[in-house]
Amino acid sequence: MATIDSGFATPDTSTYRTCGFTGLRVERQAELLIRVNAVAAVLFLAWGGLLGLSVALTRWPAVQLLPAEWFYLALTGHGANVLLFWILFFEMAVLHFASAIILGSRIATPRFAWLGFIMMVAGAVMTNYTVLRGDSSVMFTSYPPMMASQWFYLGLIIFAVGALVNVMVFFGTLVVAKNEGTYNGSVPLVTFGAITAAIIAVFTLASGAIILIPTWLWSLGLITEIDTLMYKVVWWGMGHASQQINVSAHIAIWYAIAAMCVGAKPLSEKVSRGAFLMYILFLQLASAHHLLAEPGLSSSWKIVNTSYMMYLAVMASMIHGFTVPGAIEAAQRRNGYTRGAFEWLRKAPWGHPAFSGMFMSLVMFGFIGGISGVILGTEQLNVLMHNTIYVPGHFHGTVVAGTTLAFMAMTYFVVPLIFQRDIVWPGLAKLQPYLFGLGAAGISVFMMGAGTLGVPRRQWDISLSEAALGYDFPSAAYLMMGLNGLSAILAALGGLLFILIVVASILAGPRLDRPGAKMRFPLHQGGAEAVAATGSEGSPKLPGTIILVTIFFAAFVLYYFINWKYLSELWLFQ
Amino acid sequence: MENGEKPQLERIPAMQQLLDNPFLLLFLGVTLPTVLYLIWGIMEVASVPVAH
Ligand code: HEM
Ligand SMILES: [Cu+2]
Repeated sequence: MATIDSGFATPDTSTYRTCGFTGLRVERQAELLIRVNAVAAVLFLAWGGLLGLSVALTRWPAVQLLPAEWFYLALTGHGANVLLFWILFFEMAVLHFASAIILGSRIATPRFAWLGFIMMVAGAVMTNYTVLRGDSSVMFTSYPPMMASQWFYLGLIIFAVGALVNVMVFFGTLVVAKNEGTYNGSVPLVTFGAITAAIIAVFTLASGAIILIPTWLWSLGLITEIDTLMYKVVWWGMGHASQQINVSAHIAIWYAIAAMCVGAKPLSEKVSRGAFLMYILFLQLASAHHLLAEPGLSSSWKIVNTSYMMYLAVMASMIHGFTVPGAIEAAQRRNGYTRGAFEWLRKAPWGHPAFSGMFMSLVMFGFIGGISGVILGTEQLNVLMHNTIYVPGHFHGTVVAGTTLAFMAMTYFVVPLIFQRDIVWPGLAKLQPYLFGLGAAGISVFMMGAGTLGVPRRQWDISLSEAALGYDFPSAAYLMMGLNGLSAILAALGGLLFILIVVASILAGPRLDRPGAKMRFPLHQGGAEAVAATGSEGSPKLPGTIILVTIFFAAFVLYYFINWKYLSELWLFQ
Repeated sequence: MENGEKPQLERIPAMQQLLDNPFLLLFLGVTLPTVLYLIWGIMEVASVPVAH
């Protein structure tokens, strides 16, 4: 018998529509918040990407586009706009999507979500203004004793607090959805991935506050000194952990797109959730890999944080790297592509930009970003490449070829389903992920190549023409930097195309909120159910995925070995 | 989903209870790096002798 045990319930005054394509309940505020966050994200990507191109063209020795002071200004603006503003605005949209939309709930306290959004915009604009004024070219890490203007730190603090407010709203929405019974049992895997991202975001933003507030006070003259090593330890609690928000978010997106494009279900909910749990527990510790070359920190601290614990998180990544293609293979075999080891892959929807972008993100994140990350995170091997341009090469493999490409892919669903506008210029839209993916792979690989030859990062002129002590880099290094510049042009073209397609579709795409309207890049039948449900595929035979994973391991082992060999040759004990 | 016939009373495994509780996960996910990375790291920096 039903009894009443709680005194009051807040009346649900929200308005909902039922999505004509997915059948999901879409609440108005959630939809608006996703729209504004996605638009802000895309605008900051456009601006930050342009700065990235100017940086890459400056580092192309034959071009050297910008003068030195401008180079460091553009580099600072590039890092902040793409790695903070583009990514975090998009992630706020992902959080609202994974909570309110997937769970069919309303947003908890939409006013706070709007407040958070406005703070993020204000902070991002303030930081950009200060960087452009030219007195805050402290680059992404802003290590003291270099000091930026007070407005630079304040802008970042306001932005971070705004993001934190939105993360709290996300947790609130989970509570609302549970209390109002909009779903049964456990949350779907995509939402679980978003929970992982949100948890890491709390640690990230808290570390950011702990270090940026004193640094801001220092820039105001209220504190006389910031200890440089202390700064690095706490700052990387933010700087690295924020990358783990990205990893969790883009893996959640891989699962979502696999579900929506081919109807993929996780191979095993238990295993995938277990892998996310390892992220929650261990991934953030890897912050220490940025400090492997610091004296003053013990080897025990370094090794516990980067090896023992971190390898558990690396294992989790490999689990996702297996289960995502595995789920796609299983679904495609169900869809009837059963011939040989690879028919499922050959007949995958390669002309669907969400699918192609997602799959390339998966492959490149593993092969380029992942393997090089383990190399850099190994204390002994780190000395080979520390502070060379190999480092930006590695992280363009993770955050550009991995995260950014996955977010772009997701946008091809966000525009039709949330903006209710269809994608314009489908021919170009099909091409866009390939163009951007190729460019992103190029900048990653060529920067890694140049770094292996010793080219430093953040260096305006590798010919060292005005330096007191010269050094001649091999001509192969110059070649790599030139190829990097060419790849940057490709990536920038792919990025520009993305921005144009998205903006034109939002403003002038065919409306999809009419009965009978058709999506140009469709959902798989049953795709919406697969995203919003829980349940495993079981244990089907996956010969294709096994082969792909074996190739990955072989590449990994080989590259790991080569680097140890290289180290042993540099370091002769005779 | 594997709960076929059995009624609600079936015991939920401990691991699933953990995974279904975002706030417990939040607590663990913030505490572990705070202790192992931040606090331990800060103590190491603080114990570096100061030059005179
Ligand atoms: C058109 C696309 C892009 C190009 C051509 C590009 C190119 C570059 C280059 C050449 C550097 C400088 C390396 C150095 O001198 O040390 C750099 C730095 C950086 N890039 Fe990109 N990038 C692009 C997109 C992105 C995206 C999408 C992200 C983040 C999601 C990103 C994050 C960063 C960061 C954090 C730095 C380091 C800044 C610093 O050292 O302070 N880039 N990029
Ligand atoms: Cu890192």
